[in-house]
This record gives sequence, C-alpha cells and structure tokens, in this order.
Amino acid sequence: MAPDEIPAASGPRWQYLDRIRTRAGPFTNKEMFDGDAVVPFMDSMKILVIGAGGLGCEILKDLALSGFKDIHVIDMDTIDISNLNRQFLFRKADVGSYKAEVAARFVENRVKGVKITPHNCKIQDFDEDFYMQFQIIVCGLDSIEARRWINATLVNMVDEDVDDSLKPLIDGGTEGFKGQSRVILPTMTSCIECQLDMHAPRAAVPLCTIATIPRQPEHCIEWAHIIAWDREKPFPLLDKDDPEHITWLYQKALERAQEFNIPGVTYARTQGVVKNIIPAIASTNAIIAASCCNEALKIASNCAPSLGIPDENNYMMYSGNDSIYTYTFKHEKKDDCPVCGNLARDLDVDGRWTLGELVEALGVRPDAQLKKPSIRSEKKTLYMQFPPSIEEQTRPNLGKSLVELGLEDGEEIGVTDPAFATVSFKFKLRFK
Amino acid sequence: MTEVVMTQTPPVLQGPSEKERKYDRQLRLWAASGQAALESANLLLVNSGSGTVGVETLKNLVLPGVGRFTIVDSTVVGEADLGVNFFLDESSLGKMRAQCSTELLLELNPEVQGDWYPKSEGTLNLQDFLATSTTFTMIMYTFPIQPDNLALLEAYGRQHNTPLVAIHSAGFYSYFRIFLPGAFPIVDTHPDETATTDLRLLTPWPELVEFAKELTKDIDGLDAHQHGHLPFVAILLHYLERWRETHDGTNPSTYAEKVAFRRLVQDAARRDNPEGGEENFDEAVAAVLKTITPSTLPSSLREVFEYKRTHPQEEHSGFWIIADAIYKFYEKHNCLPVPGNVPDMKTQSDVYIKLQNIYKAKARRDVDEVLKMVQATPGGRDVDPAEVELFCKNAAFVKLINPSGGGGGGNGSFDGGADRLATVTAEEFENDKNAEAFMGPLSLIPIYLALHATSHVFHPASSEQILAQVGRLVLGADENKRVVEAAEEVARAGGGELHNISALTGGMVAQEVIKIITKQYIPIENTCVFDGIGSRCQVVRL
Repeated sequence: MAPDEIPAASGPRWQYLDRIRTRAGPFTNKEMFDGDAVVPFMDSMKILVIGAGGLGCEILKDLALSGFKDIHVIDMDTIDISNLNRQFLFRKADVGSYKAEVAARFVENRVKGVKITPHNCKIQDFDEDFYMQFQIIVCGLDSIEARRWINATLVNMVDEDVDDSLKPLIDGGTEGFKGQSRVILPTMTSCIECQLDMHAPRAAVPLCTIATIPRQPEHCIEWAHIIAWDREKPFPLLDKDDPEHITWLYQKALERAQEFNIPGVTYARTQGVVKNIIPAIASTNAIIAASCCNEALKIASNCAPSLGIPDENNYMMYSGNDSIYTYTFKHEKKDDCPVCGNLARDLDVDGRWTLGELVEALGVRPDAQLKKPSIRSEKKTLYMQFPPSIEEQTRPNLGKSLVELGLEDGEEIGVTDPAFATVSFKFKLRFK
Repeated sequence: MTEVVMTQTPPVLQGPSEKERKYDRQLRLWAASGQAALESANLLLVNSGSGTVGVETLKNLVLPGVGRFTIVDSTVVGEADLGVNFFLDESSLGKMRAQCSTELLLELNPEVQGDWYPKSEGTLNLQDFLATSTTFTMIMYTFPIQPDNLALLEAYGRQHNTPLVAIHSAGFYSYFRIFLPGAFPIVDTHPDETATTDLRLLTPWPELVEFAKELTKDIDGLDAHQHGHLPFVAILLHYLERWRETHDGTNPSTYAEKVAFRRLVQDAARRDNPEGGEENFDEAVAAVLKTITPSTLPSSLREVFEYKRTHPQEEHSGFWIIADAIYKFYEKHNCLPVPGNVPDMKTQSDVYIKLQNIYKAKARRDVDEVLKMVQATPGGRDVDPAEVELFCKNAAFVKLINPSGGGGGGNGSFDGGADRLATVTAEEFENDKNAEAFMGPLSLIPIYLALHATSHVFHPASSEQILAQVGRLVLGADENKRVVEAAEEVARAGGGELHNISALTGGMVAQEVIKIITKQYIPIENTCVFDGIGSRCQVVRL
C-alpha cells in the first residue's frame, strides 16, 4: 500500500496519528471502536492536566500531539531556576512567571489548532462543577496530598444518574530513574487512596535523636531546621526557596556537626533535607508523561485497550537504575478503602491510648496519612480541628484515654481532614 | 549516605553557583563527575523516517547539558512532520528537518552546542561526513535506514570503539538496541543503600572487637540509659561471643541457628521500662539474618575476575589494573576490601562516630593495600588513587556489561547475529507456553521481529510483506500467532510514529545514553522492546 492510500481523517498533518486512532488493529475491541467517530469526538473533548512542572510540560506537549484540542492546565507554582534542567517549556527569562501560563502559551504557539487554558491557582480553588466539564484528567504532581484530594473529589462526583460523571484519572509520578503511571476509573477500579500504602512517607527521625544524640548530617540539618530556627528566629518566616535562609540553616547545621564531629553536612544536602528534594531528570519525566498520555489517547479513542479497564492491569511501575524493568499489574480495589470502599477500615489501637496518641497514629500510618484529623465516634464529637472555638472545647479530650472516652472494641469512628474536604474516612477500632 | 571521608577539608560556606542550581536535581543522581562526562560528550543522531524518536531522545540529553550534538537527516519538513515532531513549527515547512530541529533543541539549553548535516537538500554523503567530523562519543540512528549507511556506522563504531544505539519506533511499538564495542565495566553502579551494608561481624578485626568489648564488658551492670544506647553492632558482637562459648567456637550458620541466635539477642533486651523493650535491641534483632552471614563473592564480581581480556587497551586501563589488585586482595584475605559505611543506629553521638571511624580506618587500610598492589603493576603508577578508592568501596557491586565483548556472532559483528536471534526466538516461544499457564507476561520478541522486518522499508508495508521478511529472518517465526498480530499492528502504523511512544522511547534511550556516558548505574544488555498496548517493556540479550 502506498502512503497516500492510507486514509488520514483530519488531513495530511495528522496522518501518522490517524492511521492508528481511526483504524482498528488486531488488539482493538471492535465493539467499543468506531473509527469514523474518533476525530470529531476528540476534537470536542476537554482534558485537564494537573501540574505544569516536570511531568506537566511533557504531558502538555504529548497531549497536543495526540489529537487533543481543548486542554486546561492547573498549577499554582512559579518557575524556579532549578526547573530548567527538565521543564523544557521554560527559559531563564521565564523564572518567576506562572508555570501554567508560560507552558500553555508555549505549546499553543508550537502546535497549531490546540487551545490551552491555564489556571494559575490551586486545585482546591475549584469545585465539582469545574471538574465536571472534563472527560479525562491527567495528573503530573509531586505531592501526595494533591493527588489524594483530586482522587477523593472525582470519586465523590460519580453519580449513576448523571451521564459522564465518571472521569478517568491518569496519574504519573517520578523519582530519579524510577516512576509509575496508573489509570483509575473512580469507584470502578482501585483508586489512589487504595494504593496509598505503596507510597509510604519516609520514616521521620525521632525528635530525641535530633535534640540530643545526632549521628548523621541529616540529624544536624533537622536540628537547625526544627530547633535552632525556632529558637533564634533569624527571619520572620522560613522561606525554603530563599538562599539566605538555607545558608543560615546550613551554617547552624555545620556548627552542630562540628561539635559532634559528624562529617557530610553540605549546602546541597541541607537544601535537600529542608525542602525534601526528590531528584528529577528530563528522561524519566518523558517516559512517565508519555505513558500517561498514551493511556489518555487509548481511552479517548478506544483504538487499543488501555490500562484501567476493570479486571485488567491498571498500574505500570518503571525502574531504570539497574537495566530497565517495568512491572505492569492490576492493583486490587479495596473494599475498606476510606474513599471508594463501603467498609470501615480496621484500625489497631490500644484502649489505654489517649485520643492525642490516636491523632498521631492517624498521621503516620502508611494507609491513613491524615495530618490534621477531626474525629467523631458514632455517638459524639471527640475532637475537631476547626473552628477554633470547637477546637478549644474538644481539646481536653486529647488527654483522655480511648476507654475513658467511652470507645469500644469494634466501634466505628469517622475522621475528616481539611486536606480532603468532602470525605469522611471510616475506621473500625480494634482494641489490642 | 555515608561516604568514606578520607580527608576532611573545611567546607565552603557560600551557596551553589547558578549552574549548580540549574542542574541541582540531576547532580543528586550522577554528581559532578557524571555531569563533567556528560558535558564533554559529542553525540551523533542519524535520523530518518517520521523522525521523532531521535529528536525526543536528544531533547532529554540537551536539557541535562550534553556537550555537543549533530543531527544528520536529509529530509525536508512536510505537513506530516508537524503532527508528530514537537521540535518543528509552521515556519519549518519546506526547510531541512535537521536544521530546524537542531535550532529548536538548542533553545532548551544555551550551554549546549549543536549542528546539522547536510546543509542543503539532496547532498547526504554519510561517509564524507563521518570522515570529516570530530570523533563522536556515541552514535544513535533510527530505522528505517539504508543498509549502506548502517554499514558505515557499524564500521565507524568498530574503528573508533564508539557505542551505537539503534532505535525503531512505529505505532504503539518500539525497540532500541545498544551495541558496545567491547566489555563495558561499571564501578559506580548506585546499588540500593540498604544492600550496601557490610559490617563483617563474623570476621571482626582487633579494633572492632576491642570497641565492642569495652562497651559490653559489664553489660548486665549498665544503667538503663547506657544499655538502651549500646550500638547494635556491639550487641551482636557481644552475643556472638557468648554463642561461640556454648557452640564449640562456631558462629550460627544454618537458618535454624540464626533464628536461635536471634532469640538469644531478643531475650537479652530489657523490658522493665515504660516502652517495654529497647530500640537498639530491636535493631540488633532485625539485623541478624542480614549481617550474620559470611561474605561471599557476588556473581557479578566473579564475572569481572573471570573475564578474559581481548582488547589490547584493556591491559592499560585503570579498571582492569585495579580489578587484578582486588582479585589478589581477595585471594589473600578471602574477603573484599571493607566498604567502610556504617548504617545509622540508635546510640550516643560519640560512640557512633567512634564506630564509624573504626570502619573508615579499616577501609582506608584496605584501600592502601590495594593501592600498593596497583602501583606495583606495570602502568599502575598512572592509576588515579581516587579510582582505587571508589572501586574498593563499591567492589561488591561492580558490574561488567557485555562480557562477551563484540557480541557472540563473531566476524566482527556488533551483536549475536541471525543465529542468536533464532535461538532467542525459540527460547522465548518456549517460555511463552509456560507463561500462558501461569498467567505471566508473554514475550515481546514478536514485536521485535515485526519491527526488525521493516528495518530498511521506507514505505508502508502490508502485514503479509512483514511476515514474509520475518520468515526470512527466523525460519518459521512467521507462523506464530502473536508474531502475526504484531505484524498486523506494525502494518497499521505504516511506518509512522505515535508521538507518545517516541517520547517514551526517547526517554528510555536518553537514560541509557546517560548511564553509558557517565559510567554510572547499569545499562541494558542489549535490547529493550516496548509494547504501548500492554504498557510494558522487556529487555532481552540478542
């Protein structure tokens, strides 16, 4: 077959894309696929990108060259010089400008016929009506909190009586040479909250080690960060992006390290610990972002089976440190998922714990990670973080034991957290 | 991360330079040494076809600051290019694709130099170009490619010992292959930090024994604070001593013995405190199975020791001179040099620092011994002591890529050739029979075969044409059902790229190029196939 015999539904420019998206292949589910409808459908589709950083820049490029015409992007951040080694839509002159705006303008100029709408704000600034207008949401975020928020919001939006209320969520993440991409069909397949324990936070160093027996450079840096800063307040507010502030912390950490003969405190390490910096490179972002957008194209066109089809694989893990390894598998939905499950999740507790200790446990448990929980039992409010008047009223409960508060083995508690406004996490107390 | 800090230079109090700030997130992965290697690299891309995967690869190398690149491509930009290649725009139509992409790539990083060839339409002479260019560090080329141009690149690679990367992306499928000119050793493999702990508790040296004895001589008489802050290394050494007293002087060696030993340590923890236990004893208990193990020679290092050198230049390379010395060290002591890092553990600051210094001092002595052996070797005086130190520290994780040198195919070919492909294909088909029964992932070799069959095809091919060529490459493979499907999928693409698949593949290739240029982390051996329908890849040695 000569090249001009292969049909190109939307003109010669998109012929390579159209060969794939408008023509069934051996793996295409023919019942779900209508080649003639693909181009008009994708032309009218709205897709949302969350994050215009390392992954976001790549995602915008990839979607624009995958036939998506109406793209929105949300990012509250401005451009920093350390972004330039991978966030390829930004130049040195853009430092300080909004990421979403610069990225949107760049891709719009480069790829004719694509409309990109930037939103220089937080995802939490929008309500369900805003998210309802999109058919697919692609996330390229570095924060677990933001992922959990959009996940919970999308799960809550699903309404059997409302057409198109189920929005596929495609999520990517990277760290160094490693990364993952996953597809979530809210309420139908395993959600971000179901998978939370796969992304457990790093164990914190005990405060007594930092305060009295430092051994590692990190302990000295944490001391400067947590203790020295608070004591000396060299600047009114700690700005982790201000080199002067980091230099102050570095010097304090260095003094402490010298006192204890601990080697290895450097400026870069100080900055790394204080900002919790994750190494990031262009190539890994390219891999993960493209994987996400490949899934978006398959979902939008049905031209090949995507990740996230119920009962099929929904998660790809990528590792490039030692050769290249991908593990693509099905993460199972959890019935006791606090966001998308129906059952309360078991929570092992000791009846002698104070409510304060329970609050702490909710913060560190890998499958909970609720930093500012407000707690109700079946009978009464136990502790509320907001508003201040109620907080004050319920604060004495933090010192009381669970038994004293009348809680029993097998009792359900509801937990809310300002990070997930709409969701109540249900836990069933299991006394040791 | 605890380095073997041999000399303490006073740290500089000034912040990072602008360049360090720009590259901060990657310097945390490959450090200044890796960055320097990247900045001195000179890359060549020989581009073809729909032309995107090579440019996407370069993007991921220009951003982190590769020194210099050149794109060879005689294509003139047409409409279809703008639908797949991000590094072209409306103004590129009708111009040389190599020039337009080079210019847009250079915008990404002012520190990178770039050039293109040919300068005008219809004048591509690869032979002349190669003959008149500065030597390339690595060459990447994309399929489809003219067979005579491929032969020129392979000849260049052999002559200049230049690694080659072949890349093919079409529709949902891609693969790339790395051809290294000879055995490729890597010292700085960046193993997981948790894997690198090597405390030598079964073969402690006098200073370490003395340190533990001093701390534990009156272990039962220690107050709660002292007992709760004994470092777990001292706890384990102490109870190993006790164990040997009741076991004819032998250490716990079987799994059952180690479990019994663990119980002994567990029972020694004090529980009459508010916490009901001791964190340092918990650490000791958790460390038993991992640390109470005689050190063995890792198979990857054995491969280094057993490697038969063929290239004359290997005789003078620092790596092989050090490897010989490490081997002598191993023969003499029956163990590798002590790496010298100590994991964090609950104990007092001064005790930990003392322990750390004991390990560092031993590591220093071992490095000195190896260094003396190196310097006694012809050519050894030229070896950088820092290289010896790094090798000693990472000895257990040193890796030799491509140990069979220039491929198993003989006659100077870069890979195992047609025989190897047939053997691997047969093996993969056989494995698939089991994989189907165990629901395991199926081989991606059908994808490789279908793409490989179009290596020199510049027009859309039908699945029948592709299958016929597969049958010529590997007898009978064209009858395999999954190969038939892969051929249909490749035919569907008609030689065109999907941007996502090329962006993804360009990311993987760039990672591998960085690993080879920086000689850090571990590159693939030697072929990686990606399936954009199943969203997974497979690495296979062909």
